[in-house]
Order: sequence, then C-alpha cells, then structure tokens
Amino acid sequence: MAGLETFYEVMRRQGITRRSFLKYCSLTAAALGLGPEFVPQIAHAMETKPRTPVLWLHGLECTCCSESFIRSAHPLAKDVVLSMISLDYDDTLMASAGHQAEAILQEVMEKYKGNYILAVEGNPPLNEDGMYCIIGGKPFLDQLRMVAKDAKAVISWGSCASHGCVQAARPNPTRATPVHEVITDKPIIKVPGCPPIAEVMTGVITYMLTFDRMPELDRQGRPKMFYSQRIHDKCYRRPHFDAGQFVESFDDEGARKGYCLYKVGCKGPTTYNACSTVRWNEGTSFPIQAGHGCIGCSEDGFWDKGSWYARLTDLHGVGFGIESTADRVGLGAAAAVGGAVALHAAVSALKRAQHKHGNGSNGSSHTGDAA
Amino acid sequence: MTSIDPASLHTAPPALPATIDGEPVGRVSAVYVYEAPVRLWHWTNAAAISVLALTGYLIGQPLPTLSGEASQHYVMGTIRFLHFSAGYIFAVGFLFRIYWAFVGNHHARQLFILPFWSRAYWRGLFEEARWYFFLEAKPKKYVGHNPLAQFAMFWAIGVGSVFMIVTGFALYSEGAGPGSWQDHLFGWVIPLLGGSLDVHTWHRLGMWAILLFIIVHVYAAIREDIMSRQSIVSTMVSGVRTFKDDDPD
Repeated sequence: MAGLETFYEVMRRQGITRRSFLKYCSLTAAALGLGPEFVPQIAHAMETKPRTPVLWLHGLECTCCSESFIRSAHPLAKDVVLSMISLDYDDTLMASAGHQAEAILQEVMEKYKGNYILAVEGNPPLNEDGMYCIIGGKPFLDQLRMVAKDAKAVISWGSCASHGCVQAARPNPTRATPVHEVITDKPIIKVPGCPPIAEVMTGVITYMLTFDRMPELDRQGRPKMFYSQRIHDKCYRRPHFDAGQFVESFDDEGARKGYCLYKVGCKGPTTYNACSTVRWNEGTSFPIQAGHGCIGCSEDGFWDKGSWYARLTDLHGVGFGIESTADRVGLGAAAAVGGAVALHAAVSALKRAQHKHGNGSNGSSHTGDAA
Repeated sequence: MTSIDPASLHTAPPALPATIDGEPVGRVSAVYVYEAPVRLWHWTNAAAISVLALTGYLIGQPLPTLSGEASQHYVMGTIRFLHFSAGYIFAVGFLFRIYWAFVGNHHARQLFILPFWSRAYWRGLFEEARWYFFLEAKPKKYVGHNPLAQFAMFWAIGVGSVFMIVTGFALYSEGAGPGSWQDHLFGWVIPLLGGSLDVHTWHRLGMWAILLFIIVHVYAAIREDIMSRQSIVSTMVSGVRTFKDDDPD
C-alpha cells in the first residue's frame, strides 16, 4: 500500500519526468475546465498530498463503467490508477483475488477510517435479502453498507449506481436499487451514463483528489461541470434542428447529409451529459456523429420511457397501452369528445324542434318556455 | 337592452334576490358581469392558447424536412420562438387574471374557486348535468358561470394553466440553463416528474386536456346561447348578461 507517499513521489518513482508531470497537470486542468492559474495549484497538491485510497465495489452491473474508465485519455487511466488514486480494491482490475483481496478491503477501511472514497459500480438488489448479487460469499448489499459506513464520500459510477439502469427496469424482479436509496448518510456524487464517458470519470476523481473536495453538484447530485447541459445544447447538428431539417428515416437523403435525428427519436434534447463536447474514445466521435440518435442513457429510467426511435414517449407507465403516446391518447380523446359533442348537438336540435312543435300544437306540459 | 350600472352591484344590490352568485336569478333583464380586463384577458388567452397548442404540437411532431442549406431556414427556431413568446403572454396574462380576481368584481373570482363544501353548489351542478342529459326541460338562470361550467373552468383553466405554466417554464429552464431565474423557480419540477422526457410528456398531455376543454367550452357556449335562458357568447364581448324571459328561478 502507498502509505503516506504523495502523488508526485509515486509518479517520479515510476519514471515520469517532472516535465511530463507538469504537462499532465496542465492537461488535467484543461480536462476539468479550469484556467491556467490552476495548474500550479494542481501541481502543488500532487506534490504535497498523500494519495487518497479508493475502494471500488462492483454490484449488479455489466462492467461497462470499468471498460470505459480504463480507456481514459486525458488523463490516461494508467496515470489515474497507478499514480493518482491508490485504487486499493477493485475486484475486476486488481491482481489479487479471494481472501487476499477481501483482506485488503478490511485493512484499508481500518487504516483510513473516514478518509477513503468509495466508488460503486452497479447497484444492490434488495429482494430475497440481497441474494441476487453475492460477493465473496455475502450479499453485495452487506458489503456496500459495511464499506460505506466509514467512507468520506461515495461516487455512484454509471446509470446502475445512479438510477438503477436495466436491472431496475420494469418489472425489476430483483428490486435492484440505486446507491443513494441505500446509503443515505454520506455525500454521494452521481456520474450517470451507460457507461459514463471515460474523461468524465477520471475528471471527477481527479478533481476530488487534487482539491480534496466534492465537485459542485446539480439538483440531482451530478457534477455540474459535466452534466449541466443537454447533448442537444452543444450538438454539432443543432443548426439542422433549428432549420427544421430532419432525418425522416435512417436510409433517407437527410441521414446521408447528417441532418438532425430528432424525428427518429434522438433523446439529445432531454439528456444531460457531455457527449457532444467531450465525445468518446479520445474525442473521436459520439453516437449522433455516427448517425444514430442519443438513447438518453444518462437519464433516470431510460429503459422504461418508450422507443429509442420515437420522439414522444409511450404512456405505458401511466396505465395506457404500450404503443400509446400523448398524441394518440389526446387525438383519441378529442375524437371521442368531438363525436359526443356532435351527437349532443344533434339531440339538442331535435329536442328544440320537438319542444317548439309541442308548444305550438297542444300547449306545453312544462312550467315555462325555454326559448 | 339596458344594463345595470356595474357600481350598483358592489354597493347596493337590487332588492330582488337576483345577483347572488351561484344562485338562480329572478326578474333582471341585464347584468354587467365581465369587466373589460376579464374580457380582454379571455380573448388574449384564447389567442395565446391557439398559438401555443399549434406550435407545441409542431415542436413534438415537426413539419416535413426542408431541403437546402441549414442557413436558409429557421423553421423550428421560429416555431419555438412563437411558442415561448405566446407562453410568456399566457403566463403574464394568467398572473394578471389572478390579480384581477382580487380587485375585480366577484364574478372575476369564480374561475379560481370551487365551492367544494357547498351543498347548494353540488345540487346546482347535478341539475345542470341533468339539463345536459336532456332530463330537465328548462335550465336555471345564472348571472355568472353555471356550476357545471365553473367546475370545468376551475380544473381546465384555473388548475390547468398553473400546470402548463409550471411544466412549461421548467422545460424552458433547461435551455435558459442552471442559475437562470426559470431554473431557480421551476427547475425542481424536472426531477420531481422523473426527468426531462417525462415533463415533456406531461406538458403534452396537459395540452390535450386543455384542447378537450376548448371543444366542450365552445360547443357549450354556443348551445347555451341558443337553448338556455341567458346570453353567453355576446356576454364575453360586451360584458353584459341578458336574459330571455322574466320567469323567476
């Protein structure tokens, strides 16, 4: 274990030159959206602060968050893992296994009590006393609660930990539950996405370690620096949206010309993430750039909100049929009400004619004349 | 056609039990009911809702794609601009209407009040419903809204407007961005309803609910004008309610 070694010492020990170290600090500052004046601050922090241990737990998940994380380019994941954070426990990435691995967990929890960061990938299932996810012979729920007890802060990696994701989609047979509903007494940072962008993950963790504080969070507990705008707000196809130029179907002329994917169900306008600015795989591309609409993977309950290829959500959740949208329900109701109105008008006219006729011939049995 | 001086309604009600709100009226041929600001609001609101519903529908289901350079067109931009402008007019008008409920005559308050605990109100509503089901030969006379109309307006326009303004500005705050006043006042709605997409859906269902109300509202107003014992459509133009007979009740 790193003990009281600083970030800088570890980096130097691994053969990284001071010049490379400073470059790394500038890149990190840029990745976090900080000005050049923060570079010395980052360098100073890394030279003086002991590394913070991070315990990375895995619940019900697909490991796509880890897969994304290890592909981070700015900063490189190897820098983060080997130099910056002391990733003391991550059962997917660590070399040790079995009892050896679990022993490390205990050791770090005792030695750094109240001072380590807990990163959670995946979420705990609550049904059957948590038996749907067993880690080291015990329910993941127990491990999560145990490690969270003395953690300084909790990072919820990905949509699983933040919102529940696919395993919490209806009907959620295992009662998979997002982390913040299980751990309620610790500061929690949600980093949603399926998976989150690599640079967003390393950016969040770098920020916390260098500044020794939580990044500023929005109303839903997500770091503002990456989740304060919608994909749509910074989408390079936005001019086509404003112009009213849409892909009508995936094989049409508009699709070839790179028009807006709104009509084929792009969830960019309702999804908060940094894909359209940071992009993926070292800034190579992102789904919309590849010609497919955003599926809104970083939004709560995105599996249950209807087709990824339709603009309007289905109203399955509010008790209507699976194929119903607000417009279908609305048009149906308008047709029904319109029909009822027409019928009512016809009967009204008939009644009125009858009434007039009745008054004229044999007098009305009613108390008065309505017209 | 003569109208009663509006001031007299406040200061000295006529001796006849004619102008008590919600109660059937007797021998009064014309009463000034809707003050000018209420009428102005009604028609401004009607125009705003028309623009909002049309542009709102087209935001969810856009027009067919236009060819050419993106820089040549601004169709969605214009549609959204019209929607937001009409939305502001709708919201400001509604705030004004609330203000007028306080300073206007007592008919101006009817839109915001549902006399839930009044037995007489529910009896009146039931009778009015019977009239619409052709079970009553003759409707009652009302100076203001009849109880059934009041019920519909309270929910569709009173509550419905609040719902549309709150969800609408919550959606607008997404573009205005964190820290904007729209975000401070209405941003909390987004997570409350389950996310941006859900708020869009509820906002759209709200539009359909108000459109349904309008179908019924326009039909009922015209039908009442013809078949009931009082003026309806012209009242929202002139402000004066006239009665077609002198029968009591």
